[in-house]
Amino acid sequence: MVYLDNAATTKMKDSVIQSMLPFFNDNFGNASSTYTTPGQNSRSALENARAEVAKAIGAESTEIYFTSGGSEADNWAIKGICEKNKKKGNHIITTTIEHHAILHTCEYMEKQGYRVTYLPVDEFGMVSVKSVEEAICEDTVMVSIMFANNEIGTINPIGEIGALCREKGVIFHTDAVQATGAVPINVKEMNIDLLSMSSHKFHGPKGVGALYIRKGVQIENLIHGGAQEKGKRATTENVAGIVGMATALKEATENMEEKTKKITYLRDKLINEVLSKVPYTRLNGHREKRLPNNTSFCFKYIEGESLLLSLDIEGFVVSSGSACTSGSLDPSHVLLGIGLPHETAHGSLRATLSEFTTEEEIDSFVAALIPIVQRLRDMSPLYEELKKGMI
Amino acid sequence: MYSDKVMDHFKNPRNVGEIEDANAVGTVGNAKCGDIMKIYMKIEDDIIKDIKFKTFGCGAAVATSSMATELVMGKTVDEALTITNKAVVEALDGLPPAKLHCSVLAEEAIKAAIEDYYKKTGVEKKIECSGDCAHCNHEH
Ligand SMILES: Cc1ncc(COP(=O)(O)O)c(C=O)c1O
Repeated sequence: MVYLDNAATTKMKDSVIQSMLPFFNDNFGNASSTYTTPGQNSRSALENARAEVAKAIGAESTEIYFTSGGSEADNWAIKGICEKNKKKGNHIITTTIEHHAILHTCEYMEKQGYRVTYLPVDEFGMVSVKSVEEAICEDTVMVSIMFANNEIGTINPIGEIGALCREKGVIFHTDAVQATGAVPINVKEMNIDLLSMSSHKFHGPKGVGALYIRKGVQIENLIHGGAQEKGKRATTENVAGIVGMATALKEATENMEEKTKKITYLRDKLINEVLSKVPYTRLNGHREKRLPNNTSFCFKYIEGESLLLSLDIEGFVVSSGSACTSGSLDPSHVLLGIGLPHETAHGSLRATLSEFTTEEEIDSFVAALIPIVQRLRDMSPLYEELKKGMI
Repeated sequence: MYSDKVMDHFKNPRNVGEIEDANAVGTVGNAKCGDIMKIYMKIEDDIIKDIKFKTFGCGAAVATSSMATELVMGKTVDEALTITNKAVVEALDGLPPAKLHCSVLAEEAIKAAIEDYYKKTGVEKKIECSGDCAHCNHEH
């Protein structure tokens, strides 16, 4: 099997699994209990993990709060900030191409009486700093803009948006679930107030993530209960998961430059080969300002699910934003958000790499893709119309 | 997600292609919704002598088109009109609920082709559709 769906989730590294194992048996203790053994080891492991995660994004340990994943971090950031800052206003600014963890939370906030501005993005999926500036009003409580898009990989000008928000006195959250461990992040330099991350996107375990909350930023709790996470997020700590996440993030940020070089080379090879060898194909997202591991294409005149299925039969795992794969009637909101017509968006394919992806895998993928696209086109009435000069 | 039968018809679709001298052609669906089926038939003495299809759509759309052409091949026009989307689904050992509309599309495509045949031969008969077309404004 050739796994090219690393934006969906990644394989855990053996080193990550090994780092977690002691916390399932010997060190099973409750990290918040006062006894020394076996809780002591859990407690210190938890705090070491926190320091490691903080270091990866240029934060202080005390600014890292562990969660159950990216979705919880996103929910907490929006609901918690709005709730705590009701006096300031009821306006939220976000974009049309956020992950559903943000979009559906914003829709929920609208039902609670909040006003949400969904900023459009350009054809590459990038939000303009100027549009953020123009959208900020007296009553704007927060801006939430994703660091990098999960479907098309486009990276936003986060540092500039952060500086703008800081200057305007508006809280800035970024969903960095796809960016953490993949591109350099410094929350201080980028003026980020809150940042969501998720462990399973960088070879860590599923079901664990974190929200960075800048010191001094006031936020309401999402999970009420015990005093864990300095009273901000209840539930007995998932020590094994947190340790695994920290190990994974540490390894992701070590030699990032070197790894990025290798993955970017493979990404660009894949993009160039596909665009040059498969006609009627477009690249989605920005050519340069994109995640090192992301490729996203639309193949005209065919539909994404049948493409996925055909590739799957031959052992290639990828994803698509077509309606048939999303289980809804419309193709992905991201592809529509960058202005693609429905018929083009239906033919989308996303192949996302990891540091484990090899050049042989990329070569064999391209070799398999070319005849599959042709076979599906030969079966397509739209392609027939094209060939007969009808469209 | 899909039955072995569906996968078989997706991998090796029967009767794909065009018929140059078809006397019944029907197209249903639209690109915006993500599925289009086009059926070509060669009808002689009210018997469907040959049938071919082209489909733009998901795996289920390809498999239902393929199965529908198999069910119709060699039948009389009247027999073909009795084939329902349910029959197509059963012949494929079932479809996921979200994909049932593909079978409706297959039934409609056959009917659209026969309608075309009626029009060309001057037969005045109205064809009933058993499907519910809520998901999309298929023209038929
Ligand atoms: C951009 C983005 N935000 C949020 C999430 C949700 O993360 P999790 O699966 O950890 O809840 C994802 C994962 O798909 C994502 O890609």
